[in-house]
Amino acid sequence: MRPRTQLLSGDLIGRILREAFELLMSPGVRVGSAEVVELLQAAGVEVTDGVARLPETLVRKSLASAPRDFYLYNRRGEKAVHYGGDDVHFDPGSCCVQMLDPETLEARPSETRDLVRIVQVAETLPQFAAQSTAVVCNDAPSLIGDLYRLLVVLQHSDKPVVTGSFSAAGLQGMIDLLVADSGSAEKLRREPRAVFDVCPSPPLNWSEFGSHNLLDLAHAGVPAEIVAVPLAGGTAPVTLAGSVTQHAAEVLAGITLHQLAGAGSPVVWGGAPAIFDMRTGGAPMGAVETAMLNMACAEVGKHLGLPTHGYLVATDSKFVDAQAGAESARSAMLGALAGINMISGAGMIESLACHSVEKLVMDAEWIASAQRLARGIEVRGDDVSGASLATAMFAQTGLSGEFLKLKETRALFRQEQYLPSAVIDRSARGSEPPTDIFARARTRVDELASAYRKPSLAEDVLRKFQAIVEREADRAGVVAELPGN
Amino acid sequence: MPDELFLAMRQSIIDGVPDRARELAQQWLADGVDPLEAVNFGFAVGIKFAGDQFGCGEMFLPDLLASAEAMKAAIKVLEPEMLKRGSQREALGKIVLGTARGDIHDIGKNLVATILSASGFQIFDLGTSVTPEAFVAKVKEVDADIVGVSALLTTTMAGQKAVIEALDRNGLRPRVKAIIGGAAVSSKWAAEIGADGFSRNAIDALELAKNLMGKGTASA
Ligand code: B1M
Repeated sequence: MRPRTQLLSGDLIGRILREAFELLMSPGVRVGSAEVVELLQAAGVEVTDGVARLPETLVRKSLASAPRDFYLYNRRGEKAVHYGGDDVHFDPGSCCVQMLDPETLEARPSETRDLVRIVQVAETLPQFAAQSTAVVCNDAPSLIGDLYRLLVVLQHSDKPVVTGSFSAAGLQGMIDLLVADSGSAEKLRREPRAVFDVCPSPPLNWSEFGSHNLLDLAHAGVPAEIVAVPLAGGTAPVTLAGSVTQHAAEVLAGITLHQLAGAGSPVVWGGAPAIFDMRTGGAPMGAVETAMLNMACAEVGKHLGLPTHGYLVATDSKFVDAQAGAESARSAMLGALAGINMISGAGMIESLACHSVEKLVMDAEWIASAQRLARGIEVRGDDVSGASLATAMFAQTGLSGEFLKLKETRALFRQEQYLPSAVIDRSARGSEPPTDIFARARTRVDELASAYRKPSLAEDVLRKFQAIVEREADRAGVVAELPGN
Repeated sequence: MPDELFLAMRQSIIDGVPDRARELAQQWLADGVDPLEAVNFGFAVGIKFAGDQFGCGEMFLPDLLASAEAMKAAIKVLEPEMLKRGSQREALGKIVLGTARGDIHDIGKNLVATILSASGFQIFDLGTSVTPEAFVAKVKEVDADIVGVSALLTTTMAGQKAVIEALDRNGLRPRVKAIIGGAAVSSKWAAEIGADGFSRNAIDALELAKNLMGKGTASA
């Protein structure tokens, strides 16, 4: 039995969806672009003063055409991430603007070298099924910052990528990079390497930027991950159930736009819902209620049979301290038990504004523990000991207690136990003074970075990358070159 | 008894009850006394207290917003009489606020607007994704003292620079001060683009704006 959490009863999910459909009619959804208005009107939707009223029948039709599941592929063309069912994957949090310097413990603007180091570490850790465009490179021209980040990740990783663009115009260049990497638009559509986060603006507003991204992704057949961000009490109803309802309405509206533009194109029921901090106005990503919102929103998505995503394993602490560990470990566990397909957020501190690669390797430990928990207690060893849980082993040991000598022990301990890296201290006290987790994490980062091997990309792919960067830099009126190593 | 009335006025703001504040303002007018006194010794003391309590974490945002609503309700009743008597309350200054072009983040900017307006600044909020031209037009229209541009994205920080350049081009600086804020920006960036100030949060933004108007605690 796979352990599962369930926060919402079937009745409550029914009520949430009923009210979400009501919201889509009244007050309706703000839509920011003429192209979207046209698309909706062509589908018979009433749009007045930029507000669309989406009837349930149309939304249900879009739900029916959205795929139940899909895969992301790595550069070798292998299936690497399954969006669907109860499969759980993790990726580093995306798009931080700062990096925690492990020497000074200060946050400073993130740069290319930081992104490269994060990618190197995440590439070698099996806990991360996908990479993300984890930080903005402040040393590159900001106007093509979204494209540049993706380029750095593609140059340094074979894994699938969770990414996103910062503007309506920024997306095409990013898709072009992925096409160049895949070989053709057709191949990219068939074996997508990346998924793009797209955010509606709460409440119930698909801005020009967000809706354009949705349409362009649907046309390209590249997966879109709808990341709705209701902040309970600030930009959404203060009750968790009310915010889950708004989240559902925002994602339903997004899926409708997306499927109208490209029926059958892959789309994810995603989000970064959080409570609203009543002292600071911030979005506390480490709060338990934030985790509860992510879990509940995913339950609604699962009820509709859609692939799911959430934002967890992040903290509001400014350091990699006990708060960071407690918040991140807790939400990793909860997300895994909720069966969320893609959980973004590892490595992040300061409410998604800052990244720490030392935290990333610690988070990998919580993630591995969460993955272990999610596997549950399995009955195994039938092949080794015959059909028994314990008696067959006792038949061999009697009362001697010599379990360490049993072939079962040797054969099964690796499956039964997650064996942590040296980041986790389980050592017996020895002659060396004990170290704290941050020091151990720094060593681990160095080890992983030196074990990392950069993929070699074909010359013609690099040439295409170069041409795309030059074209986009030109469009933005800046000068940019291909990032070095 | 004015003292008791002043206390009740303060309390109506601290409790955030617009009906009560309105009622007390009407009562004051019925007595025919200078409305400015009700503001200065009653309502404004309440909103200052609320702002301070919020600043030290004792009051929460919903409380502060309720206080601001109550303040608005009282002022609305008193304003016509103040205008008639020419005893208009002097605003701390006029501030045009907005989020930079291409940016739709507005939570932080709204918080800054709430705190500044609760503290006596007159705020003209242009909303999100505001072009430099729109900032300049509003500054001219209302004869603003300060322009505040918020930007949360590394891509839209350039919009803050563009606003300052547009103000320069229109000959509005140095008379009009420019302040910036938002998650991605720093004091270094502020210096680079020639902004007059940067703040990390809404409470500091208030101090900054007061200082720029020569009314801050630091410059008092
Ligand atoms: C004028 O004088 C002043 C003075 C002080 C000023 C000031 C002005 N303005 C602010 N201050 C200061 O005082 C305020 C009060 O104390 C403070 O304001 P803040 O705004 O900093 O603080 C607020 C009170 C609370 N903080 C916030 O409200 C921002 C929180 C985070 C999580 C955030 C949110 C909530 C949102 N987002 Co956005 N978002 C993030 C943010 C991460 C973070 N921790 O900053 C950030 C900024 N977002 C990011 C991204 C990537 C994006 N977001 C997007 C959208 C959104 C939502 C709509 C979902 C939502 C905003 C809702 C809204 N109505 O504002 C998209 C942008 C669209 C666009 N073109 O604008 C999108 C591009 C995502 C996508 N792919 O769709 C990242 C930035 C990347 C970058 N390149 O810079 C980001 C760091 C999160 C992340 N890691 O991904 C101070 O900065």
